[in-house]
Amino acid sequence: MNKNIVATLLVTGLASLALAEPQTFDFKDPKGVNNAVFNLDAPLEAITGSANGVSGTVKFDAEKPAATTGTIVVAAESLHVPNSMMKEHMHGGQWLDVARHKEISFEAKELKNVKTDGNKTTAEAVGTITLKGVSKDMTVPVTLTYLKDKLSLRVPNLKGDLLVIRSTFTIKRSDFGINPGAPTDKVSDEIELTLSIAGAAAK
Amino acid sequence: MKRTRSILQSLSVIIIVSAAVVWFAFGANEGWTKTSKPVKTVDEVTGIDGITYEEGFFPGIDFFAAAVLLSGLLFSVRFLLPKQNKVKTKQQKT
Repeated sequence: MNKNIVATLLVTGLASLALAEPQTFDFKDPKGVNNAVFNLDAPLEAITGSANGVSGTVKFDAEKPAATTGTIVVAAESLHVPNSMMKEHMHGGQWLDVARHKEISFEAKELKNVKTDGNKTTAEAVGTITLKGVSKDMTVPVTLTYLKDKLSLRVPNLKGDLLVIRSTFTIKRSDFGINPGAPTDKVSDEIELTLSIAGAAAK
Repeated sequence: MKRTRSILQSLSVIIIVSAAVVWFAFGANEGWTKTSKPVKTVDEVTGIDGITYEEGFFPGIDFFAAAVLLSGLLFSVRFLLPKQNKVKTKQQKT
């Protein structure tokens, strides 16, 4: 009898240990909904566009959200503005040079000031952003929403969880050598980035 | 010559009126002319606004400004053309 109890406890303990492992969420969205919006608000001109070529992985543990790490990558080629000529210039060598610098990435190394309320966690992600070959350490605000067992609602026949990440922060194009000589009254030096992405962890 | 002047005047009016109608019909967009327009669709599970682009021609303020410039140019050319009647009267006097 005692042996059975010990065995049951052992199995339960091992199972809970296994459950405590962080899940890896894949942000390559088959629905193509994930996006990063950029906004440059100069006195003479406002430029708004978006990118949907999002990929990357994030390790997240619902029990320990502070231990979240991962990398989100945006394909530079997927950056789009509604004016085709402007898009051509933006992709060109003077601006983003997407032929040479194919990826824009943010590597989150740790989370600070973590606050969790239900399935929502707000924090500051400390990491490195790489844009046009220039890497810069940054701390950005993030909101993580853990949607347990919701993967099947998006991808039928697939069971698992979803993790939604939202973040809005500002970078300076001059910091990344994006045509630093361009007049700031026409093209703002400050770029506001808004990331809205969902990752999936299948079970 | 009088006919040419009249054609130029009519053309300049047609261009500016047509451009204004087109520009207003597409919402009098004060930004640059666009070749695509963002369309947002909410993903019900995640609440994320998905963005797709609808291809098309959406005239901006540069389209209207170009029409005003062209119209003004045609109207100005009208004044450069010699006035036939005055030439005739001068010839008649001599």
